[in-house]
Amino acid sequence: MSSLPLASSFLQSESFIYVLYIVAFSMFIQGLRGLAGPTTAVRGNRIAAVGMAIAVIATLLYPSEGNWGLIALGMAIGTAVGVPAARNVKMTAMPQMVALFNGVGGGAVALISWVEFRHHGSTYGSKTHEASYAIVHELGTGLAHVTVTQPALPTYVAIFSVFAAIIGSVSFWGSNIAFGKLQEIIPGRPISFGSAQQAVNLVLLVLAVAAGVDLIAGANSELLFIGMLILAALLGNAVVLPIGGADMPVVISMLNAFTGLSAAATGIALNNPALIVAGMIVGASGSILTNLMATAMNRSIPAIVAGGFGGGGAVEGASGAGEHEGTVRSTSAADAAIQLAYANRVVVVPGYGMAVAQAQHAVRELTKELEKRGVEVSYAIHPVAGRMPGHMNVLLAEADVPYDQLKEMDDANPEFQRTDVSLVIGANDVTNPAAKNTPSSPIYGMPILEVSDSRSVIVIKRSMNPGFAGIENELYFDPKTSMLFGDAKSAVSEITAELAQI
Amino acid sequence: MILGSVLTTNLAILVLAGFIGFVVISKVPNTLHTPLMSGTNAIHGIVLLGGLLLLGLPLLGAFSKVLLVIAVAFGTINVVGGFLVTDRMLEMFKSKPKPKGEDDDGADGGAPK
Repeated sequence: MSSLPLASSFLQSESFIYVLYIVAFSMFIQGLRGLAGPTTAVRGNRIAAVGMAIAVIATLLYPSEGNWGLIALGMAIGTAVGVPAARNVKMTAMPQMVALFNGVGGGAVALISWVEFRHHGSTYGSKTHEASYAIVHELGTGLAHVTVTQPALPTYVAIFSVFAAIIGSVSFWGSNIAFGKLQEIIPGRPISFGSAQQAVNLVLLVLAVAAGVDLIAGANSELLFIGMLILAALLGNAVVLPIGGADMPVVISMLNAFTGLSAAATGIALNNPALIVAGMIVGASGSILTNLMATAMNRSIPAIVAGGFGGGGAVEGASGAGEHEGTVRSTSAADAAIQLAYANRVVVVPGYGMAVAQAQHAVRELTKELEKRGVEVSYAIHPVAGRMPGHMNVLLAEADVPYDQLKEMDDANPEFQRTDVSLVIGANDVTNPAAKNTPSSPIYGMPILEVSDSRSVIVIKRSMNPGFAGIENELYFDPKTSMLFGDAKSAVSEITAELAQI
Repeated sequence: MILGSVLTTNLAILVLAGFIGFVVISKVPNTLHTPLMSGTNAIHGIVLLGGLLLLGLPLLGAFSKVLLVIAVAFGTINVVGGFLVTDRMLEMFKSKPKPKGEDDDGADGGAPK
C-alpha cells in the first residue's frame, strides 16, 4: 500500500473518507426528512440509499481494507438474499419482512462485537497489551501500520462493544420471533411463563449484564462471551414471545430503535462517525416512531413490554366470549348487494382480512360498481388497521383507490352517523365497541372506528374466530349487524356479481 | 489525538445525532409510519461498515472471518432489502395521483353517468 501514487493516497486519506461520511449522513438526514412527508417520501428513500452507497464506498477506501474476496463474498450473499426477498414479498407480508431485515441488522452488530472480542478481548480491563491495542484504535484513523505506544484498549471501547453485543442479540432474536408470529409460524397469541414472566426477564437481563461486566473487567473467556450472547438471545425470545400479535408493529419499531442504538455503540467502539450518526438517528427517530405508534393504539410502551395483551387480558377475553349468547345474523351475497345498492352512503372499513385475501382490487371493483349507481363511497382507515400503520393505505393505493376517498379515523368517525351501510372487510379489533363501552376489556381505551353508529353494518369475515388480540367483538352480536362469512376476496366478488344483476 | 477527546468528540456526535433524529420525525402522518420504519430500518444497515472495517484487519482467524462474512451478508441484506422494500411501499403512494388525473372518470365522481 505504501507505493501507491499520490492521487490514491489522497483518496485514501482520513480527511477524504470523513468528508464522504459527512456527505453520507447529510443525505441520511435529508432522506429521513423526505420520508416524513407523503409527496417527498419516494425521493427521500432514494437519497438515503445513495448516502448509504457513498458510506460503503468511503469505508472500502480505508488503506487498511483487505480480504477483498471475503468482502465480495459477504456482499454477494447479502444481495442474493436481500434483493429477491424484497422484490417478491407480498404487500401483506411487508411487516414481517421489515422485522426480518431489522433482525439481520441486529445479528450483524452482535457478530461484529463478537469478532471484536476475539480480536481484542484479551486487552479488556487491562493496561498492558499494547500491541493488540494498536490494531483496534487505528481502524478509525487509517494508520493501521504505524505502531503507536499508547495505553491499552480504553475501557469504554469494551463497554460499548459489550452493550452492542447484548442489544444486537436481543434485537436479532426478538425480531425473528416477531417475524415468526406475523408469519404465523409461531402462534400470534401471547406465550408466557405467566406471573413468573417478569422475574424470568429480569433474571436473564441481570445475568447477561453480569457476564458483560465480567468481560469488561477482563475475564478473557470466549465461552463467557458466547454465554452472554445466548443469555441476550433468550431475553429477546422471552420479551417478545409473551406479546400479542396486535402489539407487534410497536415491538418491531422498538427493536428497530434498539438496532439503531447498538449500531451507534458499535460506531463508538470502532471510532467510526458514520456508524455513530446513522445508528443514533435511527435510535432516536425509532423511539419517537414507537411512541407515535403506541399512542395511535392507546397502549403504553411499558405495558406492551410487560406482557402485552397477555396474562389477565387474554383470560378476560376468553371468559367474555362465553357471556355473549346473543344471536349472530348471517346474510348472503345477494342480500348484501341489495342493501348496498339502495344505500346513499357506504363506508368501507378494511382490515387485515382484506390484506390477507388480497381483496383490495375486488373491493375497488365493488365500489366502482356502487359509484356508478350514485352511492357515495369512502374508506375509513384505522391507524393500525392491518398489522402496521399505513398498511391499508398502501394496499388501497395499489388498487387505484382515489386518495381523497381514504378517511383517517378522526375524520371518518363523525360521519358514521349519516352512513347507511358500513362494510367491514376483515377488520375486527379496530371496530370493537368494547374499547369504548367495556372498561374490563383489554383493549378498553383504544380509539376505534365507530361503525356501530351507522344504520347497518355488514361484516365480511371468515369465521367467528376472535381477532388478533384474541377477544370477542360485540359488534357481531349487534342486531343491526349482519355477517357474511367467507374469504374476503370471493365474498366481495360475489357481491359485485350480484350487484350487476340488480 | 488524546483518547479522552476521541471519546468526548464521539459522544458529542452521538448526542447531536440523537437530537436530529428526534426533530426529523417529530410529526409524521400515520400513513407513513410503516414506510418510515422501513426506511430507518434500512439506514441502520450502516452496521455493514463495521463488518467491512473489521474484515480489513490483519491477523484474523478463520472462525473470525466466517463470522464477519456472515455479518457482512447480514448487513447487506439489511441495507439492500431495506431500501428496496421501502421503495416498493412508496411506489404505491407514488402511483396515487395518476388515476385521479388521467384515468377513467368513474374513479372520481362517477357523475358523467
